[in-house]
Amino acid sequence: MSGVSVFIQKQILGMDWLRVLVGSLLEKAGLDLNGKMGGTIQFFLYDVLKITILLCLLIFLVSYIQSFFPPERSKRIMGKFHGIGANIIGALLGTVTPFCSCSSIPLFMGFTSAGLPLGVTFSFLISSPMVDLGSLVLLMSIFGWKVAVVYVLVGLVIAVTGGTIIEHLKMDDQVEEFIRNAHAVSLDEKAMSVKERVGYAREQVASTFKKVFPYILIGVGIGAVIHNWIPERWIVAVLGEKNPLGVILATILGIPMYADIFGTIPVAEALLMKGAELGTVLSFMMAVTTLSLPSIIMLRKAVKPKLLGTFVLVCTLGIIIVGYLFNAFQFLFI
Amino acid sequence: MDEEKKETIVSVKVLGSGCSHCHKLYENAQKAVKNAGLSCPVDYVTDMEKVIGYGVTSTPAFMIDDKIVSMGKVLTVKEIGKLLVG
Repeated sequence: MSGVSVFIQKQILGMDWLRVLVGSLLEKAGLDLNGKMGGTIQFFLYDVLKITILLCLLIFLVSYIQSFFPPERSKRIMGKFHGIGANIIGALLGTVTPFCSCSSIPLFMGFTSAGLPLGVTFSFLISSPMVDLGSLVLLMSIFGWKVAVVYVLVGLVIAVTGGTIIEHLKMDDQVEEFIRNAHAVSLDEKAMSVKERVGYAREQVASTFKKVFPYILIGVGIGAVIHNWIPERWIVAVLGEKNPLGVILATILGIPMYADIFGTIPVAEALLMKGAELGTVLSFMMAVTTLSLPSIIMLRKAVKPKLLGTFVLVCTLGIIIVGYLFNAFQFLFI
Repeated sequence: MDEEKKETIVSVKVLGSGCSHCHKLYENAQKAVKNAGLSCPVDYVTDMEKVIGYGVTSTPAFMIDDKIVSMGKVLTVKEIGKLLVG
């Protein structure tokens, strides 16, 4: 049985056959794979192809599932729960509800005017970028299923806890007036046919691919450089177990950066292989995806500085704590 | 003899925040309006306060004659065409 699971991990999720295929094709073309240049090119081509294939498959599947959860429906479902249950449902739905981050303000308004508590809306907003269904399978292919599952669970815990804390701080007056005063319009929902869902899923693959591909190239490029050109002792010194501040450093570095999660994964993979600790690397990924200058600027239009600051602080602390926990229990996963 | 008054669309609006999806809807709307032979302008509203003021809860949104007909979807030229006629 363990032979089968290793096979799934290595060949289906990790696509080791692709690495070998790319390697043998390059060798036939005369490239020395053991040299630095050859190794870099093999890694680059393999990683880009692997991520692209996984991306297209995942986005298609995930978008199909997401077509069942338009924001209107998620809002209705969330409205049926109370207390921490609502936060949990909010965090869960945040992962499956598709919305463009530019739509976060109208979404915020829609949830607020529907009477959803502020904390529940924030649980939704925290989990949405951090825990991405599509990246779950990608995480599995790089870090193994144990890490992927725990990453998702921990992301949800941060979302629920963060939302609950914000709720208890009673900052409803920190939401901008124009949002609190707005009256949401609701449209009749038409159920989508299978054909419409497939069409929607295909559109999402095309548009996401176009948007994300540059980040994949950059991410894999950086990963390849780290993989082949950066000495291991540098990585270990800064992000390895000898540096107790590694998690904090990684988180603070990640906050102002913006990249799609698909782009961060190859960088994380390369760092991990070079001796960075697991929690440090995951904290970096969470910080990059959840908190970014563009999304904070967007959110500032909807909430006042005090609430915005609380949101950033809660997320940052949550990510740092999670990072240290993952580092402490790293032996369980790798 | 009374001339039958033809109902024509007065205004078409695309509401968004300026991201690529919203821009795509704007382009599609312009094409669809042209295909339908309408002469009304296609407004592109990106001021978030105005967008929220209309009651939109998901962008990009599409309005015909100040009535919201679609939210959170990048309509194709064909789909917009149908909405303009229907």
